[in-house]
This record gives sequence, structure tokens and C-alpha cells, in this order.
Amino acid sequence: MPRHTLSVLVENKSGVLARVSALFSRRAFNIESLAVGPTENPGLSRMTIVVEAEASPLEQITKQLNKLIEVIKIVELETGAAVQRELLLVKVRAPLAERTQVLQTAELFRARVIDVNPETVTLEATGTPDKLQALLAVLAPMGIKEMAQSGTVALGRGPRSMSGTGTLRPVERTA
Amino acid sequence: MTTNQGESATREAAAALTGVETTARSIHEAAHEPATGITGAQSLVRSLEAIGVDVVFGIPGGAILPLYDPLFDSKVRHVLVRHEQGAGHAATGYAQATGRVGVCMATSGPGATNLVTPLADAYMDSVPIVAITGQVPSGAIGTDAFQEADIRGITMPITKHNFLVTDAADIPQRIAEAFHLASTGRPGPVLVDVPKDVLQATTDFSWPPRIDLPGYRPTTRPHGKQVREAAAMIAGASRPVLYVGGGVLKAGATSELAALAELTGAPVVTTLMARGAFPDSDPQHLGMPGMHGTVAAVTALQKSDVLVALGARFDDRVTGQLSSFAPDALVVHADIDPAEIGKNRKADVPIVGDAKETIAQLVTALQAEHAAGRTPDLAAWWTQLDGWRDRYPLGYDEPEDGALSPQYVIERLGAIAGPDAVYTSGVGQHQMWAAQFIKYEKPGTWLNSGGLGTMGYAVPAAMGAKQGLPDATVWAIDGDGCFQMTNQELATCAIEGIPIKVAVINNGNLGMVRQWQTLFYEGRYSSTKLHAQNADGTPKPVRIPDFVALAEALGCVGLRCESKDDVDAVIEKAMAITDAPVVIDFVVGSDAQVWPMVAAGASNDDILAARDVRPVFGEGQV
Repeated sequence: MPRHTLSVLVENKSGVLARVSALFSRRAFNIESLAVGPTENPGLSRMTIVVEAEASPLEQITKQLNKLIEVIKIVELETGAAVQRELLLVKVRAPLAERTQVLQTAELFRARVIDVNPETVTLEATGTPDKLQALLAVLAPMGIKEMAQSGTVALGRGPRSMSGTGTLRPVERTA
Repeated sequence: MTTNQGESATREAAAALTGVETTARSIHEAAHEPATGITGAQSLVRSLEAIGVDVVFGIPGGAILPLYDPLFDSKVRHVLVRHEQGAGHAATGYAQATGRVGVCMATSGPGATNLVTPLADAYMDSVPIVAITGQVPSGAIGTDAFQEADIRGITMPITKHNFLVTDAADIPQRIAEAFHLASTGRPGPVLVDVPKDVLQATTDFSWPPRIDLPGYRPTTRPHGKQVREAAAMIAGASRPVLYVGGGVLKAGATSELAALAELTGAPVVTTLMARGAFPDSDPQHLGMPGMHGTVAAVTALQKSDVLVALGARFDDRVTGQLSSFAPDALVVHADIDPAEIGKNRKADVPIVGDAKETIAQLVTALQAEHAAGRTPDLAAWWTQLDGWRDRYPLGYDEPEDGALSPQYVIERLGAIAGPDAVYTSGVGQHQMWAAQFIKYEKPGTWLNSGGLGTMGYAVPAAMGAKQGLPDATVWAIDGDGCFQMTNQELATCAIEGIPIKVAVINNGNLGMVRQWQTLFYEGRYSSTKLHAQNADGTPKPVRIPDFVALAEALGCVGLRCESKDDVDAVIEKAMAITDAPVVIDFVVGSDAQVWPMVAAGASNDDILAARDVRPVFGEGQV
């Protein structure tokens, strides 16, 4: 199934996340990643939702999302026309004898060391989901003790914005 | 509220002196005046008064108790129901009959959860109601406090929107927003949950509040280009059908619909939710489509080349098997909710807008088409339609065992009570017969639970309708299964002076389920017999319950009818009683069935006019 990235501007109020996620779960859609955070406008939050779905059920769910009173606007971000990033924190086994190898890998992927102790090293990396996958694949044989990964956050390329003037075209008008 | 009452009384006195009639308006003007240092509860009651609410259906309890104190002095009438489900359906009946927002109230926990069914019902049928629930005090929320339920979370998927009020200062705004959301765009239920401490807090009141809903912008004005495209498509059709749904009633667009029907000369079908939107007496009306629709209506949709859906949502009970529904039709789909368009059936011309404005613009655009000489000739189409209508009219056979025919009872009830009466129904066989055999001529005269199919809807909905339209005759047509779910509200009707009339179509069974067991489960009547029975399954000669005695016990007049000869007399007797609720126990045969029928999941092409009677449509002609 094709993968879609929806950028959803919502009112910054309690209960919005529950409403949005319920719309997906009711239709047995699995949300691949979901990231919620503040925007340049304190009254609004942005949800970036990555979901695998066929076009027609996705259109219906987008229309239903638009009907939620607290949803201001929805834009589907096409892969080529948007920048997408995830944040990864990963704790890797790194005894002194093997530490150089871990650090070289980190450098290759432009990851930063943010915690270190005699047994492990914790790395911070950002990038596209593919890049982080590749990093994890290289680190796996060294021994991943623990990891935490954020959902995708994304913005459309170019000068236009969802909330300002010259706005991106919304997926569907609200009702 | 004492101050407010004083002001009201002064105004009334002043009005009396000057000879000006005191109306509800003066009360509401008083409620508009700002106030300081009042309670959240007083603010809420003032908000309801300012909006113009005249009646609330509800039951008090611990968490909502502070609200009932100022309500005691208010001009807003509170009808004390016997079960919160009754309050919810009464609000729905009130809204469907009057077009105004219905209001119900309940306390926290079980009071609120008892509203779940009517909220889901109102959501499915797009009925504007506002539910106000008490909640445990803010500090106790989330602690499993006594009578605590997360009613906001529970009702998220079954309300258009819901609010938890966290600050008493927000009360007027939240109430105004709730009514605005409920009544505009695609209507629906809105719940406002108010913790007890918020009701008790000291606050100020001013009206009107600011409505702040930046994400809510319903599209009511249709796109002109789409309307012109639709008009061109209709003008070019040789087999058009106007497929009319409940949205036409919600929008108050029946006169526009009449104009469109006259201009196009096209056949009209009205769904279960739209009965009354177009007069049954009009020769262009083919009746109801769907699972138990007329052969002519179902077949007209199947054979159409242009389907004009107006405020309808291609429900599975109308389309039957979706893939074979109206296979040759181009679809014009007009609806206020863009999510309905293309949901089940692809729309060739989608129009998002209010039905009243959309149909009015369609009429204008079609007049332009006609003026340009594009006037379709529908004579051949009407020959076919009339053929189906003549060959397969709605009808029924008298029961072979001499029992009273339920269809006859309902037909006579409609004939005697007439098109000005308001009819409500429960869900099942009696509902379908009431949709088929009563002739609806006017909007707002047929109220039922279409989408959710809520058994028990009839009696409380009739109570709400009668409260909203005190001068109308309101008949609840109920089955004995449905009636046993909500008849407790007859006590409310008797005590509060709401004289509804109830026709219990008593066949001693869950009739529609029994019909399916007859047709699809080899007559194995598993758990559908409501009457007392012997070990061999034959009925015992005892009435449990005795509906006449039950009616009398609930403060109503109880009547019974068991033979065809007595039907008219008993209905007329009930019509003559106007000072008390009346219940007629019509003891009817248990084997009558609803026909025509399209079996669940089957194609509409496979409609059966009667058991084992498959219509012949003359395929070659289309």
C-alpha cells in the first residue's frame, strides 16, 4: 500500500489527539507514525501523520478528519515536494575495544554522541526514515541496547506555508 | 435568578399596563442582560433562556443538582422523564417535529451513559440536539469517583462535537457554540459536560458570547459551475430520478423540491428519512426506495440514467448490493457534507451545499436549459414507470387465520388521523408498514429512527414532538417489542400533560426478526416470541403484559382492538380523547410480512414484490 504523509493543523486543545487517532483506529488503519508539536501560532498544533493506505479510503478519512471541529487544515505532503525528518536516539554497546568502530559509524551518518560511559555510547541522529534505517542496520551487529525514535515531522518545500499567505492547497474543504 | 425573575415580572406587569401582549421574547430579552456574581449554574440557565430554549427533557442527580436549582425558577420548562434514554429521544422528536434544537439533560455516570443510545441515534439521523450532562467535580475527574464516567470520551464518535467545560466563565460561549454546531451545516448532536464545581463557581454572565470555531466553516452555498453542470445533465436525461433524502427536510427545502419536480417532470422517490418531503398524493411520487421500498421506486433507481441525489447518503438499505446499484446512472450528488459525496457511490457531478439553496439554484439553471430548448421527453420513461407501478402496487393479503391484519390497522390509522397528524414509530415491521401505508403529505409528520434503527424510539419521540407541537395530534405507532423498551415515558406524558396516542401493533413477537427467521432460518423461531407459551411453543391464553392494564397503570386510557370491524371505532375513540395519553392494544396476527423486500446484501435487481413473486421488468425496453 502506498505511504502518505498528512500534515494537519489543529486547535491546541485537549482531546484533539484522541479524536484524530480514533478516526484511524475505527477504520482499522494503522498509523505508522504520528508527531504532534507546537507551531508558530500558539493556538495551533501540527500533527504529522504517516499512514499506509489506498487512495480511496484515505480520501474518506481525510474528509472525516476535516469534519472534526478542531481541525483547521489538512495537506498531504508528497515525498518529492516536502522535507521529512525523524529523530533517533540509540544506545549502542561500546566497550573500549570496539568503541572506535561505533564512533566511525556515527561520523559516517553524521550522528552525534550525546552520552557516554564505559559500556555504551548513546547517539543522536536525524534524517529521513531511510537514512535512520541504514544507520540502525550498521549498528545492529555491535549491539543495540535501547532506542527511541520520533515520528516523522515534515514541511512542504518552497516559500508557501499552510497557515500563512500563499498557502498550500488543502486536501478538502471543511464541512 | 431571583433578580432575573423580578425583572421578568416587572416587564410583564409593564406590558400588561400598556396592553402589549407578553411573549416569550420579553423573557429572552431579560435573559440577555449581563449579570455579575452569579453561579455557573445560573449562567447556564440564562444561556439557555437567551438562546430561546422553551423545554428541556431530563432527570436530576448528584453532579447536575446545582443546575436544577436555578432551573426551578426559570421559564424554561423541564419535563421530568423516567429514563434518560427517554429524554434523549424526546429531544430528537422535538427537533424533528419543530426544526428547532432539542435539549436533554442528565447527571454524571449512569445518567450520561443512558444518553448514549439517543445520541448515537441523533448522530446517524443528523438531528440537532444538545445534551447537557453533569460531571463529577474537576478534582475528582479520573479517580473513578462515584457516578463518574468519561462521557466526553464515550460520546466522541457519536456526537458532532462535545465539550468539557473547565471554567465557569466559558459557559455562555460553550452553550452558544453547542447550539450553533448542532443546528448548522449537517446538523447533529452536541454534548456539553459540566463538572459540579464549575456549576457552583461564581462567575459573570454576558450575552451574546463570542463564538470561536476556526475549524468549522460549513459550505452552504453551492458552486455555480457544478449546479449548471448538474442542470445540463438533468436536461439531457431520458430516465432521470430525484432521489430525495432526509437532508431536504433538514434544510426546509420542500417547496424548492416541489418546484424542481414540477420543472423536470421527473419521478421522485423519498427515503425512509424523507417521507413527507414530497406529497405521496403527487403522481410523480413513486414512494420509498430501498429494502422494503416499492417496486416502482427501487426499479426506477436501478434503470435510471441520471440519478439526482438530494440530501441522501446512498445508505446500504437503499442501494442493496452497491456494485449492482443503478449501474447505468450518472450521479448528481448534492449534500451539505462533503464526506458523504463519493463515500459509497462515485458522484459524476458533486455539489456541496445546503439543499434549499442548491435546489433553488438547480431550478434556475434548469429554467435556462429549458429556455435554450433542451427539454427532455420523459414520456417513454413514464410509460415504464407507470407499468411497474400498476403491476406491482403496495399491498397485503388478509391473514388466512382470520387474525387482524397489522397493515390494515396502520392504513386505517393514517386515513383517520390524516396528513396533519405527526407519526412516530419504533423499528421493525410496524415501522416499514407505517412508512408504506400512511400517506404523508407534509414535512415533519414522519419521525423515526432510520440510521441506527433504535427500538423504543416511538413513545419518547412522540412525547417530544407533542411537547413541541402541542396542537398537533401525535401518534406513536409501536411494536410490542419496542413498546416494552420505553413505555415508562407514558407516566411522564400522563403527569406532565402531554397527551400522545400510541398504537401498539401487538403480534406477540419480534416481528421483523421472526420474518427473517421464516425466510432465511427455516422457521426456527429462536428467541423471538414475546408472548407466554406452552412447552410445545403454542401461545398461552394470557396477556403478559396486559397492555391495557399497563396503560391504565401509567395514567393513560387503555383500549384494545382484536377485530377488523372495531378498528375505525377504536381509532376514532382515541382521537376524541385529548386530555390524556391513550394506548390502543391492536392484537394482530403474527405471520404478516413486510413486502416488497430486497434481501440483505442482494442486488436491487432481485427485489421480490411478495414472497416468491419476482417482478418482470421488460428488460428489452430499457
